[in-house]
Amino acid sequence: MSNLLKIDNIEKYYGSRSGLTKAINNISFEVSKGEFVAIMGSSGSGKTTLLNCISTIDRVTSGHIYMNGVDITKLKGNDLNKFRREELGFIFQDFNLLDTLTAYENIALSLSIQDKGYQEIDKLIKDTAKKLGITHILNKYPYQMSGGEKQRVASARAIITEPKLILADEPTGALDSKSSKMLLDSFNYLNDELKATILMVTHDAFTASYAKRVIFIKDGKIFNEIIRGEKTRKEFFDEIINVVTLLGGDLNDAL
Amino acid sequence: MMLFKLAFKNIRKSVSDYAIYFFTLVLGVAIFYVFNAIDSQTAMMKVSESTRDIIDLMLNMLSGVSVFVSFVLGFLIIYASRFLMKRRNKEFGIYMTLGMSKGKISKILVVETFLIGLLSLVVGLVLGCALSQVMSVIVANMFEADLTEFTFVISTNAIIKTIIYFGIMYLLVMIFNTISVSRCKLIDLINANKKTETVKLKNPYLCIVIFVIAVVMLGYAYYQVTGNVENLRETWQIFLPIGLGAVGTFLLFFSLSGLVLRVLQHFKKFYYKGLNSFTIKQFSSKINTTVFSMTVICLMLFVTICVFSSCMSMKNAMTSNLQELAPIDIQLLKTKNIPREFIEEYGYSEEQINNSYISIEDDLNSVGFNINNYYKDIVGINTYTTPNLTLKDTLGSTYSYMEEKYPFMTYDAVEEIVTVSDYNKAAKLLGLDTYTLDSDEYLVIADYDNMVSVRNAALGLNTPIIIDGKTYYPKYDKCKDGFLVISNSHINAGVFIVPDDAVSNLTVEDEYMYANYKADTEEEKQEIEDLLLSKSDALLNIGSTISAGTRLSIYEGSVGLGALVTFIGLYLGVIFLISSAAILALKELSEATENKERFKMLRKIGADEKLINKALFRQIAIFFLAPLVIAIIHSIFGIMFCNYILETFGNESLLLAIILTALLLVVIYGGYLLITYYCSKRIIKE
Repeated sequence: MSNLLKIDNIEKYYGSRSGLTKAINNISFEVSKGEFVAIMGSSGSGKTTLLNCISTIDRVTSGHIYMNGVDITKLKGNDLNKFRREELGFIFQDFNLLDTLTAYENIALSLSIQDKGYQEIDKLIKDTAKKLGITHILNKYPYQMSGGEKQRVASARAIITEPKLILADEPTGALDSKSSKMLLDSFNYLNDELKATILMVTHDAFTASYAKRVIFIKDGKIFNEIIRGEKTRKEFFDEIINVVTLLGGDLNDAL
Repeated sequence: MMLFKLAFKNIRKSVSDYAIYFFTLVLGVAIFYVFNAIDSQTAMMKVSESTRDIIDLMLNMLSGVSVFVSFVLGFLIIYASRFLMKRRNKEFGIYMTLGMSKGKISKILVVETFLIGLLSLVVGLVLGCALSQVMSVIVANMFEADLTEFTFVISTNAIIKTIIYFGIMYLLVMIFNTISVSRCKLIDLINANKKTETVKLKNPYLCIVIFVIAVVMLGYAYYQVTGNVENLRETWQIFLPIGLGAVGTFLLFFSLSGLVLRVLQHFKKFYYKGLNSFTIKQFSSKINTTVFSMTVICLMLFVTICVFSSCMSMKNAMTSNLQELAPIDIQLLKTKNIPREFIEEYGYSEEQINNSYISIEDDLNSVGFNINNYYKDIVGINTYTTPNLTLKDTLGSTYSYMEEKYPFMTYDAVEEIVTVSDYNKAAKLLGLDTYTLDSDEYLVIADYDNMVSVRNAALGLNTPIIIDGKTYYPKYDKCKDGFLVISNSHINAGVFIVPDDAVSNLTVEDEYMYANYKADTEEEKQEIEDLLLSKSDALLNIGSTISAGTRLSIYEGSVGLGALVTFIGLYLGVIFLISSAAILALKELSEATENKERFKMLRKIGADEKLINKALFRQIAIFFLAPLVIAIIHSIFGIMFCNYILETFGNESLLLAIILTALLLVVIYGGYLLITYYCSKRIIKE
C-alpha cells in the first residue's frame, strides 16, 4: 500500500526560550492508504497537538508533514483552507455541529463551501445518510439529537467530501458506551467498505482497540507501536491495556 | 487600589467590547454639548433684534429637547451597560469562585463605570468643542450673520450642563449594575457560556397568518394617514394608525424570520450555496430572539426619518417660498371706515374711528413720511365686504357637508371682495396672473390648500354668489392661485374677485398699498425700513391702524424659523439614529463570542477567510438593514402624512430633504455598521 501521510521528524515547542515546553519531541511515522490508525496517550502527552499539526490548525516548529508527497507545513492562507476543505475530514470530540442548522444543513455545508450544486449535494447526503443510518434524523437540530447521533452526523459531514484522510479527535469522548460502540462500528464500516483512511486520537483503550494499528505517545515521543494483525478485537484490547499499564510509568518510577 | 487596577485592566482587556459603547458615549456627550453650546456660539453674532428673539426661542426649545434627549441617552447607556455585563458573566463567576464578595464586584464595576464615564466625558467634550466651532459656522450661515470676527468659543455653561446630565446617567448605570450583580447566582455565571441554543422554529402556517395580519394592519394604517387622511378630524384619531403601525411592525418582525426562512429554503440552489444556509439561519435566529428590540429600533428609525426630512423640507420650503410669496419690499394695510358702534363693541378709540377715513398716503404724510420720496412702483387697491356674503353663503349646497366635516371653521366670517381691475393692478406688481370677468362672473383666488379644496367643492357645482342683489357665477370651477398679503407661506384662504361695478354700493373694508423701496443695496433698503419703523409711535398717536409686512422682516422671521426646525430636527435625528444603531451594534457584538465558536467550526471544515468574512458582513448588514428597510417603507407614508399637515409650507423641496436624510442615515448608520463589522471580525479571528 502506498504512503498517504508521512510525518518526518516533527517538533512542536510552546512558550518562550526561558520556559520551553516540548509538546512534540521528534516524532516520525507513516500512514498508508486505507489504514485505520489510533494514536493513544494520556492527557498532556501531545497527541492532540500532533493531530492539530497534521490538520494544519497548528504549525510545527520543525520537521515536515507530507500528504501524498506535498509538504503541507509549507502551505499558506487559502491554500491551507483548500487543503483542509478538499483533502481532510474532521470528527471532533464535541461534534462541532452548528446549532442553528439541521443535520442535513450541517452536512450540506461542507459540500456547499466546495461550490457543489444542490442536485449533487442532495444525492450525496442521502447516500451517506443511508450508510450511516441517520436518514431519520436529517431534519433534526443538534439539540434534538443524542450524542451518538450528533457524532454520526459529524462523521457523515467528515466523509461526504471523500477526503483522503479522516482525522478524529477523541470521537467517543463525549459518548456513552453504547453510542461509542455504534460509532466505532461505523468507523470500521468506513474503513473496510469505503476504504477510508482514518487517523484517530484517543486516550481510551476500548476505542483504540477498533483500529488496525495503535501508536502510543508519551511526553511528546513515540513510546510504542502495536499492530492488530489477525488478532481478535478482544486480544488486541488486552494487548493495548498491557502497553497502557507500561505507559503509566510515573508510578513505577516512583517505586 | 487593587480594585482600581483590576477595573483598569478589565477595560483595557475588553477594549473591543467597549469600543462601540465608548464610541456611543463620546458621540452622545459631543452632540449634547454642541446643541447646548449654540447659546454662546450665537451670543457673539451681530444679528437684528427680531432674529435675536427667534434665537432665544430656539435656545429655549433646544434646552427642552435636551431633557428629552437625556432620557433617550440615559436609557441607551443603561441598556448598553447591561449588555456588556452579560458578556462578562463568566469573569464575575471566576471572581466569585475565588471568594470575592458581590460587594467587591460591584465596586469594581463602579470604578469601571467611573473610569469610562470620565474618559468619555473628556473625549466627548473635546470633540464637542471642536464640532461646535463647525456648528457656529452653520448657525451663522443660517441666520445670515456676519462671521468676520470668528472666535473660538467654549461654553462653560454647556460643559457644566453636560457633566451634570451625564453624571446622573452614569450614577444610574452604577446603581443598575450593583442591583444586577447582587441578584445573580454563581451557577448561572459559571454556566453562562455553555448555554446551547435551542432553535425554536415557529409554525410556518402561524407565521403566514400573522404575517398577513401584520400586512393588513400596516396597510390599513398607511391608508388612514394617506388616502383617508381627510377623515382624520380629531386628534385622538391619529393614535389609531400609530398604534396599528406599532403593533403591525411587531407582528411583522415576529413572523418575518420564519417566513423568510421558509421562502428561501424553497430556493434550494440559493440556499445550499456557499455559506448561505448558515447566514440565513443566523439571521433568522437573531430576529427571532430580538423581535421587541427590532420593533423599537424600526420605529425609532421611522421617527428619525420623518422628523428629520419634514424639518428639512419645512426649512427649505420656507426659504424658497419667499421669492414667490414676498416678491415686493413692502405691503401696507389699513382698515378703513370703522363704524362708530365698534367703539363699544371692540374697544376702538374715537381717534381710530376718525383716522380710519384717511388714506394710507395721507396718514404717512402727516407723520412726515412722504411715500414718493422712498417708494416706487406704488399700487393701491381697496377690498370690500358685505354682511350678505359669508363663507357659509359662498359654499351654497356644500355647506351642510362641510360643516359636518370641518365643524370648527367660522362659517359666518365675511368674505373679502376685490374688483377685477384693482386685483389686476396688484397682480401685475406681485407677478401673479391677471384675469378678465364678464358682468355676471366671479372668481376666487386662494393658495391655502385645505381651503382651496373646500372652496373647489362649491365652485365645481357652479355655486352662485349674491352681492348687492345681483347674482354672479364662478368663471372657473377651481380656485386660482394668488394672494393679497405677502408672507412666507401659502396662507391665503380666499379672496373673491368680481366685476368692477359689483362693489359700487359697498363700503371699503381695507386699503392695501404695495411698493418697492427706492434703494439699490440691502443697507439702503434697511434704512428706509427703519425710517418707517421709527414713525410707528407717531402713527399710533394719531390713531392710525396701518400695519405693514415687509420682505425683510418676513425673510428674517422665516430664516429664523427655518433654523429652529433644522436644529431640532438635526438634534433629534442624530440622537435617535445613534441610539438605534448602537443597540444593533451592541446586540451583534454581544453575540460575537457565540459566533466566534461557529466561525471557528466553519474554518475547521475548510471555509475560506474570504467566504467567512463575506458571511459575517452579510449577517451584520442584514441585521442592520432589516429594521431600516421597514422603517423606510413606514416613512414613505409618514412623510406623506407630515406633508399633508405641513402643506402650508409647500413641499417643493421634499427631494432635497430626503437626500439630506439619506446622507445622515448613511453616515451614522453606515458608520456603526462598519465599526460593528470590523470589531466582530477581530473577535472571530481571535
